Amino acid sequence: MTTAIIAADCPAPAIADRLRIFARRNPTIAIGGTLLALVSLAAAAAPLIAGDPIVFMPINRLKPPSDEFLLGTDSLGRDVFARTIYGARISLLVGLTVALFAVAIGLGIGLASGYYRRVDAVVMRLMDGIMAIPAILLAIALVSVMGSSVRVVIVAIAIPEIPRVARLVRSVVLSVRELPYVDAARASGSKVRKILLRHILPSTIPPLIVQATYICASAILVEAGLSFLGAGTPPEFPTWGNMIAQSRLYLAIAPWTIFAPGACLALVVLSINLLGDGLRDRLDPRLARRM
Amino acid sequence: MSTISPILEVAGLTKHFPILRGLLSRTVGHVQAVDGVSFTLQAGETLCIVGESGCGKSTVGRCILRLIEPSAGTVKLDGVDITGLDENGMRPYRQRMQIVFQDPYASLNPRLRAGEIVGEPLENFGLAHGAERRDKVARLLERVGLRAEAMDRFPFEFSGGQRQRLGLARALAPSPRVIVADEPVSALDVSVQAQVLNLMIDLQEEFGVAYLFISHDLGVVEHIADRIAVMYLGQIVELADKTALFETPLHPYTEALLAAAPIADPGARRERLILEGDVPSPINPPAGCRFHTRCPYAVARCRVDTPALREVAPRHWTACHLREPGAAPGPLKRPG
Repeated sequence: MTTAIIAADCPAPAIADRLRIFARRNPTIAIGGTLLALVSLAAAAAPLIAGDPIVFMPINRLKPPSDEFLLGTDSLGRDVFARTIYGARISLLVGLTVALFAVAIGLGIGLASGYYRRVDAVVMRLMDGIMAIPAILLAIALVSVMGSSVRVVIVAIAIPEIPRVARLVRSVVLSVRELPYVDAARASGSKVRKILLRHILPSTIPPLIVQATYICASAILVEAGLSFLGAGTPPEFPTWGNMIAQSRLYLAIAPWTIFAPGACLALVVLSINLLGDGLRDRLDPRLARRM
Repeated sequence: MSTISPILEVAGLTKHFPILRGLLSRTVGHVQAVDGVSFTLQAGETLCIVGESGCGKSTVGRCILRLIEPSAGTVKLDGVDITGLDENGMRPYRQRMQIVFQDPYASLNPRLRAGEIVGEPLENFGLAHGAERRDKVARLLERVGLRAEAMDRFPFEFSGGQRQRLGLARALAPSPRVIVADEPVSALDVSVQAQVLNLMIDLQEEFGVAYLFISHDLGVVEHIADRIAVMYLGQIVELADKTALFETPLHPYTEALLAAAPIADPGARRERLILEGDVPSPINPPAGCRFHTRCPYAVARCRVDTPALREVAPRHWTACHLREPGAAPGPLKRPG
């Protein structure tokens, strides 16, 4: 509210100034967002900034970082920098699509079961059942049945996340549907679909955004775990998980091979969680008022 | 007035909320929030329902609008029973019946602009589109004392009284014949209360809308009511024209309620009937007359027989064994 008044009264400050003010007020969003933006940019521009991540150069095996190989090479003489950058593509792709997929399906289920008590009784028991399945086990089972591909990994990681989203949405719907303005909408002749979409759905968005960041972070970790176990993405794609798995034998003589993917994984997950925490503080009205 | 058929006829309206316990949600009892409430509402009049908190007066309002489903009884709007209708069948009747809520903050969607809030019923009932709808919303806003430009603002930019005016504009938008006003001014400052009440009276004259006005504040009720229904523990105990009820209350509970209202005169003295004890639980209401546990005049019969609401004097109904039809409305005697 105050920012709106300030913005209306004074001449608009330069974008850089406004960004600086925003960053000072929301340090976690700024740090997480910046890191994430840098990684995403690098992943998007991978062919421009990195060499070939797949080609073997046995002559260059286990070279330490140098001008030619920024982060050295691995046991097969592959460029660790290029592999790390390309690995980010898989991680970000999996994180993002899992979050979108889980949120889209969980949102629909949550809205329906929050509003219709009959749907609720059946669907939420089903959700409880799904929640009991660990993502890694489901993924291993699915990959062994359907073969390994990024798509299967995404589906396998997303399914156990759906109940978490559905429960969150359902709880918001249950509290919002009791508010007088929803009764007012019914009294004004609004149809159920309109009540759900116009009066209830918007209240679920802020907690959903926050939940989506956490799902994204955990999906990246699970994907790395699956790749590490060799049960995820096909091994010919460079991913942080399979880089760590292949490099762990050479940890003593070539630590850079494991350091780069490990550090990137930790950094990306940390920055997503920072972003999520920052967004939660900003979007949750109860927390925001305290600040 | 009684020769014209009433716009709203409520008969035997009952709402029992089940109390669920345990793993299988067994019903272990019922909260008898409303039990056999009957009354009629004439076009253009104001019927107030008064009673202390928890007596079921808001539940009556919500049951009539089918915002909660009544357990039994009928609600006839223009002679048609609307209690059995599904949501689609209900829609044309919703247009004739609107509601204003107590809480001016929670009753407006914080994410919609004032124009969207007031325009929503117009949109739903297909009453106006596009520029026509904007014009209509602007006129409604002006009619309730807001500026037309207010339609582009969000609810948080309005004060409590202004928000209640928005609520009124929304209720008036589909040109209803009945507005259920559920404690519409209880959340407002006294000075603003008077403004909103006077606005409601003006709107009633202009649009001919009937109010079912739910309140616990006798001062407010005295200002706006044509007739008053007094509720105690889910039942109507007395129903009469305003002056009759204030001057010759027939039910002991009404008497106590009036005695409890403050008088703006420090020198005023009056016989005060002060009730003892608390309202009994609506889960296990007392047998016989529900008021007998606190009634200073109660006799043996009151503990056994449930008194019916009877027309004791012309247009004056009460549910009390001690009031026989045609008898003089004098003071009651304490037994013993």
